[in-house]
Amino acid sequence: MAYAGKSPWVIHYDGSSCNGCDIEVLATLCPGFDGERFGVINTGNPKHADIFLVTGSVNEQNIDVVRQIYDQMIEPKVVVACGICACSGGIFHDCYNVIGGVDQAIPVDVYAPGCAVRPETLIDAIVAGVAVLDEKAEKLKAEKKGRA
Amino acid sequence: MDLTGLLITLIGIIAFAVLAPVLGCFLAGIDRIVSARMQGRVGPPLLQPYYDVRKLFEKEGVTVNGVQDAYVICALIFAVIAGGIFFSGGNLLLCIFVITLSSLFFIIAAYSSRSPYAEVGAARETLQVMSYEPMVLLFAVAFFMATQTLMAPDPTMSFFVAPGSFDVGAVFSLDVPVIVCIWPVFLGLMFILTIKLRKSPFDLSMSHHAHQEIVRGMTTEMSGSTLGMVEILHWCENVLFLGWIGIFFVWGGPWTILIGIVAALVAYFVEILIDNNFARVKWQFMLKSAWAVALVAGGINLAVLAFL
Repeated sequence: MAYAGKSPWVIHYDGSSCNGCDIEVLATLCPGFDGERFGVINTGNPKHADIFLVTGSVNEQNIDVVRQIYDQMIEPKVVVACGICACSGGIFHDCYNVIGGVDQAIPVDVYAPGCAVRPETLIDAIVAGVAVLDEKAEKLKAEKKGRA
Repeated sequence: MDLTGLLITLIGIIAFAVLAPVLGCFLAGIDRIVSARMQGRVGPPLLQPYYDVRKLFEKEGVTVNGVQDAYVICALIFAVIAGGIFFSGGNLLLCIFVITLSSLFFIIAAYSSRSPYAEVGAARETLQVMSYEPMVLLFAVAFFMATQTLMAPDPTMSFFVAPGSFDVGAVFSLDVPVIVCIWPVFLGLMFILTIKLRKSPFDLSMSHHAHQEIVRGMTTEMSGSTLGMVEILHWCENVLFLGWIGIFFVWGGPWTILIGIVAALVAYFVEILIDNNFARVKWQFMLKSAWAVALVAGGINLAVLAFL
C-alpha cells in the first residue's frame, strides 16, 4: 500500500487572494479543525510538500512563482485550488491583470470553491486530494518496478 | 580494547540500530500527540512519524548534489555507533566524540547542497554545536569525577586513589547514583538538551514548526529518502540523549534502569513543554546562555569535586 495519503504535507501559496482564503487555510490547521489529525503538516518548503494549496487567482506577476513552486515539488504531488478565485478567477475574473484560475498555470487535481473557502471544504478537498495522491504514488511505484 | 569488550560493543551497536529507530519513532509520535494536546488539538495518530518516513521513502529521488546522501548516511551510521557504545556500557567520552562526528557529517550534508537557505541552517547548526559542546564535554568529565568520588578506593593502589571511569557501565558498581554529586551538571545538561533535541527556543538550525523557519533550515534541499534518513537520525539521537539523562539515575542493581527510564521520560516531557511555550531566540542568546550555564553549572561542580 502507499503511505503517501497517510501523511499529506501541504505548502500554501497566496497568489493574489484577498487573504480571506489564506486565513481559512491556516484555520484548517488550528485547534478548531486540527488538520494534523489526518497527518496534515504545513511546510514552508516545496521539496517537502505533497499537496500544493493555492489561494487567489493567477496573474502575470505570480504565474512564474506558481509554476516554480509546482516544479520544485517532488512526485507524487497534488494541487488543490482553494477558493473560487483559485478555481476560476472568481470575482476578479474580468480584471485586466488576471489570467484566471490556477489551472491556467499548472494542472489542478481538486477544486475547492467558496468565498472564502470553508475549513470543512478544505478538509474535504485535502481528503479528496489524498485519494489522488495515493493513486499517483501507486503509479510511481509501478513505474519504478517496471524500470528495475 | 579486549575482544569481549569489542564484541559487547558490536552487539550494542546492532541492538541500537534495530531498537532505537522503533523507540525513537514512538517517542516522536508521543511528542506530536502531547504537543497537540498542549495546543488544544487532538493530534495525529501515534504512528504518524512512521507514516511520514514511509511516505518519504516512496517519493521520487531528487538531490541537488548526490554526495549529500553519502554524508547523511555517514551521519546516521555514526549516530548508531555512538548509541551502541553508550548503551553497551562503553566509553562515554568516545560516545560523545562519535555523536559529534555525526553532527559534523550532517552539517557538511547541509553545506553540500550550496542552497543559501541550507547554508544558513548549516551555519546555525555549527553555532548550536559550539553552544552545547562545552557542557557535553564537562558532563563527561563530571561523570568521571563522580565515579571517582563515589567508588570505593581501591585498597591495592597506594595513596587510596579511587579509580574513576568514563565507562557508562561503571555506574552499576556504585552505591548511589551519580546525580547526588553532579546534580548541577545534570541541570546544565538539561539546558543544552533543548539545543540537542532541536526544540524551541533553540531550534535555530531546523525547526519542526514551519511558522518560525527560513524555508526549512538545514533540510531545505533534502527530500524523499534523504529526509527520511534525517528523521531516523533524529529518532536515534533522541534515544541516545535521553539515555544520557537516564544514566544519572542508575546505580548498582539492574532495576534502577527503570528509574533512569522514568527520569528520561520526565525530561522529555519537560522538553516538549518548553518547546510549546517558547519562541525561537537569536543565536547570540543561545551561545551566551549555553556557555554561561556550562561555566556556572559545570565549572563550579567540577571545582567542588576536585577540591573536596
